[in-house]
Amino acid sequence: MTKQQANWSPYDNNGGTCVAIAGADYCVIAADTRMSTGYSILTRDYSKICKLADKCVMASSGFQADVKALQKVLSARHLIYQHQHNKQMSCPAMGQLLSNTLYYKRFFPYYSFNVLGGLDNEGKGCVYTYDAVGSYERVGYSSQGSGATLITPFLDNQLKSPSPLLLPAKDAVTPLSETEAIDLVKTCFASATERDIYTGDKLEIVVLNADGICREYMELRKD
Amino acid sequence: MKLLDSTDSGNSSSIERTQYPYVTGTSVIGIKYKDGILMAADMGASYGSTLRYKSVERVKPVGKHSLIGASGEISDFQEILRSLDELILYDNMWDDGNSLGPKEVHNYLTRMMYNRRNKFDPLWNSLVLGGVKNGQKYLGMVSMIGVHFEDNHVATGFGNHLARPILRDEWHENLTFEDGVKLLEKCMRVLLYRDRSAVNKLQIAKITEEGVTVSQPYALKTFWNFNAFQNPTVGAEGSW
Repeated sequence: MTKQQANWSPYDNNGGTCVAIAGADYCVIAADTRMSTGYSILTRDYSKICKLADKCVMASSGFQADVKALQKVLSARHLIYQHQHNKQMSCPAMGQLLSNTLYYKRFFPYYSFNVLGGLDNEGKGCVYTYDAVGSYERVGYSSQGSGATLITPFLDNQLKSPSPLLLPAKDAVTPLSETEAIDLVKTCFASATERDIYTGDKLEIVVLNADGICREYMELRKD
Repeated sequence: MKLLDSTDSGNSSSIERTQYPYVTGTSVIGIKYKDGILMAADMGASYGSTLRYKSVERVKPVGKHSLIGASGEISDFQEILRSLDELILYDNMWDDGNSLGPKEVHNYLTRMMYNRRNKFDPLWNSLVLGGVKNGQKYLGMVSMIGVHFEDNHVATGFGNHLARPILRDEWHENLTFEDGVKLLEKCMRVLLYRDRSAVNKLQIAKITEEGVTVSQPYALKTFWNFNAFQNPTVGAEGSW
C-alpha cells in the first residue's frame, strides 16, 4: 500500500508587502493592511507592523499565524531582557535575536518575511532584512512580501545605494529627508497595488525618529 | 496515517495524524450590529456527500460574554467545547469578579489551533468567535492552521466566498437587530441555493451586554420557480 500523503498544508500565504527605508536620523517602516488567502480577501484592515522595542519596529508578511507567533516570541523575549538589563533592547540587538529565533525553527520554519527598522545606538536609521530562516544583513532600504519584486527595483533606482564593496565603506542610509522618504514609500505602494493582487486596501506607515514614533495611513486601491 | 510502515517490526507507539474530516458542518456567518453580535449557522452536519445529521447546534455560548460558531469536523468542535468549558470553569473558580471576555477566548482558541497545527494534528475547524464585554463588541475568526483576524463581519467556508461580498456591500455600523437578522437571512439564503452541504434549518444567535439568546431552529422561504429553471433547455435547442 502506498504511503498516504497529507492533504492539508501547515502553511498558507496571507500575502502583503512590507518596506523599510533608513535615513540619517529617522526610519520609515510601511506595510499594506490586506490579508488574503488564495483568491479571497479575509480582511482589509490587518496590521503587519509590530513595535518590538522603543527604537525597533518589525514589519512581516507571509503566513499570518507564524508572523503572530514570531511577534509574540520576540515581545516576550524583549520583556525578559528589560527585566534582566533594566533597559530597552537596541535595534541591532533585536536584529540578532530575530535571526536566532528564525534559525531555531530551521527545520519547520516560520513562514515569515521580515524587515526590521529602527534607530541604532548612534541614532542613525537602520534597516535589517531577513529571509524565512534567519539570514540577515543591515541595509539602507528593503522590501519583502508579495510586492517586493515590484518595489525593490524601483527603490534601487531611486535610492542609488553605494556598493557595499567600496573601501572605505560608504553609508547606505539615504540622504533624503523624512517627508521625501514617506512620499517615496507611498509611491512604491501605489504602484505595487496596481499589479500585485495581494497588495492593496490601506497603507500603514510608521516613522521612528529621535522624537518618538508616529503612524499615518493612506488609502490604496481595493480591487 | 501511521508513521511506521508495514515492514517495521518495532514498537506500537505510532503517531496518528489527522488527514481529513469525516462529519462536517458548513458555513458560519457573524456580524456586528448596534447592540452586539449576530451569528448564524445551519443545523446540518454532512458525512461526505450525505446530509447525515440535521439538528446539530453549531453556535454555542462560551462563558458570559462570548459566542462560538464552528464549521468543519464536528467531533473536533465538541473537543473544543470541552476545553472551553474547562477554561471557563477555572475562570469561575478564581471567583475574583473577573471573567474571560471574547478577546481572551479568541486568543485561547488561536493558540490552541496553532499549537495543534505545529504538531501536525490539527483540529479541523474554522471558528467564529463573537461577544460583548464592557460595551466593547468583538468579532473574530480562527482557521484550522491558526490564521486569525477580527473584523466587522466574518464568514467561514463557502460563506467567505458567497456571503462576505453581500456583507461588504450592505453591512454598516449600527445595524438594528431586525436589519441584522434580515442581512444574515439574505446571506444564508444564497448559501442554501448554492452550497450543496447547506440544509434549510438554521439558528441565529445574538449576544449583547445583557446576555446570549439562541433562536429556535427555523427554515427560510425559498423560490425555485424562476423562468430559467422551468424550461432549462428552451434556449439551447440542438445542444445537449
